[in-house]
Amino acid sequence: MAHEALPVLAPAAPEMFLAAAAMALLIFGVTRPNGSARLISWLAAFALVLALLGEFALGGERRVGYYGMFVTDSFSLFMKTLVLLGSALTIVMGLKYNEDRGIARFEFPVLILLAATGMMVMVSANDLIILFVGLELQNVALYVVASFEREGVRSPEAGLKYFVLSALSSGLLLYGISLIYGFTGTTSFAALATLAAGTAAPGIGLIIGIVFVVVGLAFKVSAVPFHMWTPDVYEGAPTPVTAFFSVAPKLAAFALFVRFMIVPFAPFLSEWRQIIVFLSIASMALGAVAGIAQENIKRLMAYSAIGHVGYALIGLAAGTEEGIRGVLVYLSIYFLMTLGAFAVILSMRRNGRMVEGINDLAGLSRTQPALALALAIFMFSLAGIPPTAGFFGKLYVFLAAINANLVGLAVVGVLTSVVASFYYVRIVKIAYFDEPAAPFDRPIAAELKGVLIVTALLTLFFFVHPGPLIGGAKAAAASLFLR
Amino acid sequence: MALAPLALAVVFLPLAASAIAGLFARAIGDRGAQLVTCGAVIVSAAISIPLLREIVLSGGPHVVTIAQWMAVGRLDIAWSLRLDTLSGIMMATVTIVSATIHVYSIGYMAEDPSIPRFMSYLSLFTFFMLSLVTANNLVQLFFGWEGVGLLSYLLIGFWHERDSANAAAIKAFVVNRVGDFGFALGIFAVFLLFGSVNLPTIFAKAPEVAHSTIDFLGWQAPSLTLASILLFIGAMGKSAQIGLHTWLPDAMEGPTPVSALIHAATMVTAGVFMVVRLSPLFEYAPGALGLVAVVGGTTAIFAATIGMAQNDIKRVIAYSTCSQLGYMFFAAGVSAFAAGMFHLFTHAFFKALLFLGSGSVIHALGGEQDMRRMGGLWNKIPITYAMMWIGSLSLAGIPFFSGYYSKDAILAAAWASGTGVGRYAFSLGLFTAFMTAFYSWRLLFMTFHGRPRAGEDVMHHVHESPWVMLIPVFVLAAGATFAGYFMEKYFIGSESAAFWNGSIFVLPGHNTVAAARHVPLYIGLLPTFFALAGIAVAFVGYILQPELPARLAFRFRALYLLVLNKFYFDEAYDRLFVRSAFVMGDGLWKSGDGTVIDGLGPDGISAATRDLARQASRLQSGYVYHYAFVMLIGVVGLVTWYLVR
Repeated sequence: MAHEALPVLAPAAPEMFLAAAAMALLIFGVTRPNGSARLISWLAAFALVLALLGEFALGGERRVGYYGMFVTDSFSLFMKTLVLLGSALTIVMGLKYNEDRGIARFEFPVLILLAATGMMVMVSANDLIILFVGLELQNVALYVVASFEREGVRSPEAGLKYFVLSALSSGLLLYGISLIYGFTGTTSFAALATLAAGTAAPGIGLIIGIVFVVVGLAFKVSAVPFHMWTPDVYEGAPTPVTAFFSVAPKLAAFALFVRFMIVPFAPFLSEWRQIIVFLSIASMALGAVAGIAQENIKRLMAYSAIGHVGYALIGLAAGTEEGIRGVLVYLSIYFLMTLGAFAVILSMRRNGRMVEGINDLAGLSRTQPALALALAIFMFSLAGIPPTAGFFGKLYVFLAAINANLVGLAVVGVLTSVVASFYYVRIVKIAYFDEPAAPFDRPIAAELKGVLIVTALLTLFFFVHPGPLIGGAKAAAASLFLR
Repeated sequence: MALAPLALAVVFLPLAASAIAGLFARAIGDRGAQLVTCGAVIVSAAISIPLLREIVLSGGPHVVTIAQWMAVGRLDIAWSLRLDTLSGIMMATVTIVSATIHVYSIGYMAEDPSIPRFMSYLSLFTFFMLSLVTANNLVQLFFGWEGVGLLSYLLIGFWHERDSANAAAIKAFVVNRVGDFGFALGIFAVFLLFGSVNLPTIFAKAPEVAHSTIDFLGWQAPSLTLASILLFIGAMGKSAQIGLHTWLPDAMEGPTPVSALIHAATMVTAGVFMVVRLSPLFEYAPGALGLVAVVGGTTAIFAATIGMAQNDIKRVIAYSTCSQLGYMFFAAGVSAFAAGMFHLFTHAFFKALLFLGSGSVIHALGGEQDMRRMGGLWNKIPITYAMMWIGSLSLAGIPFFSGYYSKDAILAAAWASGTGVGRYAFSLGLFTAFMTAFYSWRLLFMTFHGRPRAGEDVMHHVHESPWVMLIPVFVLAAGATFAGYFMEKYFIGSESAAFWNGSIFVLPGHNTVAAARHVPLYIGLLPTFFALAGIAVAFVGYILQPELPARLAFRFRALYLLVLNKFYFDEAYDRLFVRSAFVMGDGLWKSGDGTVIDGLGPDGISAATRDLARQASRLQSGYVYHYAFVMLIGVVGLVTWYLVR
């Protein structure tokens, strides 16, 4: 490899564009008078869409840049699509909220752009160093947005907690990376893969290195027992930030997780599967059980997210192409219904103030039937009740697990989803059968309404034409297994 | 030929009327419901007579297919009407009696708050009964059978605010379920044997399978006998034969028109009809026939005995029904199917008449049913009194009322059969005739004669029933008086072969009905003599020396109590089945379901889950160092796992 030559930069062009756009918008924002947050938000969303178009232009074929440290393929295209869409949509969905709370500052969309850049790097990372760089780029932006409502009490607390715990996890991750490097002499995924293919069983040092990296990644996806930050941060952060947290970073971290496990270490599947199975079962169980006791809907969504991570991990535990396809389908559907659910939560305004209690939804069906219907669709989907999309997400990961002889894991998944359905269906019950509380403010912001309608329709009618998503996920999963 | 539309009209008019009265009750009101249902059933009855004539004249069974019902493998069942003399007679009997009772109900139920429901039920019952008698396969027969059972349940429990009515309704349903279980097994056995449940196929193949055997609970049973006995168990349930009779007296909780229509004239005779309908089967199963005769004869005397000691006017007649159904069964059992049908036919009239008459009495006394609080009514309600006399004369078999012809035919046929079973049935039947006359006149004397035992104010309000109740009674009285005389030659006399036209099958050696015409004169006279003796004894006991029955009851106290308490059948069943079922159900419910399944299952799991949820959220303390600690514990745990495994 000729180190003197310029690296191949083309695969990272969208990331470069996004970073540049963030800078440009930052400068633009500074020069503008106050009150231009809305304009810059839309511009940021536009930049994200442009980046997405750039990714599409690159396409799904495998391209390697930066001396093999950076890669784009069908998998990265698939995940980046979700990450970019999620980032753009949360910017748009949060507009009204931020204005109401008086935190409509142009830095918010800029920070999200920076975080999105970091996430894209994570998704494309093909080297442990790049992995860490992307992760930290994202993290730093996230610490700030979590404490974005800086005049409040809860938001800075949430940001601080996230910062401290995330720093701890980053330290663990970095330690894992150093162990891996120490025991293998390389940080490149490709080199690690070659090494793994030639080894019968990994040494204990390498294993422990992998465990530490997994712990760091498990923190990012909030898998039990590294989930502790999630409920507090979800509840404390401003709601648009919570929506963002529960979608884009989670998906990016999951993409990283999957790539890290599959590309270099697929031959050690039987070794690392044990951790994944443990994380999966623990997450599903805790997500199902702890959610029951919640009264705050954002906190509930935190436990819901923990549970869903457990289900997605089932597909990773399978470790097969079918399993990864299941993960991707699951994440896409999770993306849809979570965004929708947060759109509902962002519509919960009463007398100009946001409310977050589950009981505030009482009798919603009589005061706002359309909103109640959307809520019911999302909740049924989150619970995994057919024919909503959520059912198919679970179906694919369970099938993959059964085909990978992980019947026990699938059974645990089914049982915990029964328990979890309690709190989802309870929300529907409260919205439909309880005596109406005071109605929410109307009208719902147009951006929210648009997100609500699209996500509700997609969630409900996913089963009509699931082909594109399944096909895309299949191609993306296959690209990871190319040797 | 216009058979099909006529038959369809007869069967489906009551259904349509029931639907209209039931579904549009609010739109058409009480009067509308009465008009629609009465009109439909009267038209049905009016058509049924020319229809019967047409059927008899055209001969042979006609089948009107309405629709395919199910076709699964060899099972091929259609909705259809089988029109032959047997079904024609049943259709005529059912619709005529039903029409009179529909009209009677207008008067009897005038004060009831839910008239449309009642009329709708009555008409629906009529439809189910008609679909039962016109069935051309056992499954449609079963459909009608269950349908009338359902309506019987609904009508017994019609006054559902009364606990006793609900209990009686449930009892009728449950006891019938026992019989229906046998019936269903019988249908399965028939399908196993014949590969079909369609009557023509079964009848054609009966002689072939007569000598085959079938493995039933490890016992190599003669197949036809087994199938016939199973079917007969169904008939025993529906026709309240001994053992499964206990529901019928309780069924008197229903309104009196219901007792008259369902629990006297039509539904309870469905069992007899079924045995007669399946005569080609039973004829090849002599064992089953013997059982039918023995059960019939035993029920006849058993129920009559109980009837002698009852004090509730309707219960006396109910036991009398039981007993008369016994006659019909033993007629069938000695192959005198035609005589059984004849008695079914006449019985429908005189028993409905007796019920409607007693309904008039109850109506007059403002709901009183206990004969010990009646008496001295004869000059207050003379028309009812006369009608009750006609009914009783007919029931007792006094010449030349209808019952005389049919009952004599049965007894003569039983004698003429010459078998041991026949003689058994004959002698029991003879004593039953005595008891029948006794309890009938006991009823008459206690109700209408003697000193009035009702309160002053009740006696003061006693009044004759309105014409809308009396005219139906006249129609039935005419039937009870003349039906026997005019129809004898068709049912059992010289015209019978042409009349039945093959719809009843009797093996050549078994023609007891023909043989009955040649029994010695004294055999023919004996039943009348016994009946007159019964009347005489009743006269002595309840008019001449009213204290005599009480003395006898005291003298033979044990016997009296045994009879009064209906041989303790209810108590025995209660001990054996009801209470043990309750104990078992209670145990399964409280300890099995409540403690074990709910406790460990839904309740236990949900309680445990809630507990866990509380614990899990308690872990979420909010302190960063707790969280960091948990994370590190996780790391240590995972690393340890890989180190020590």
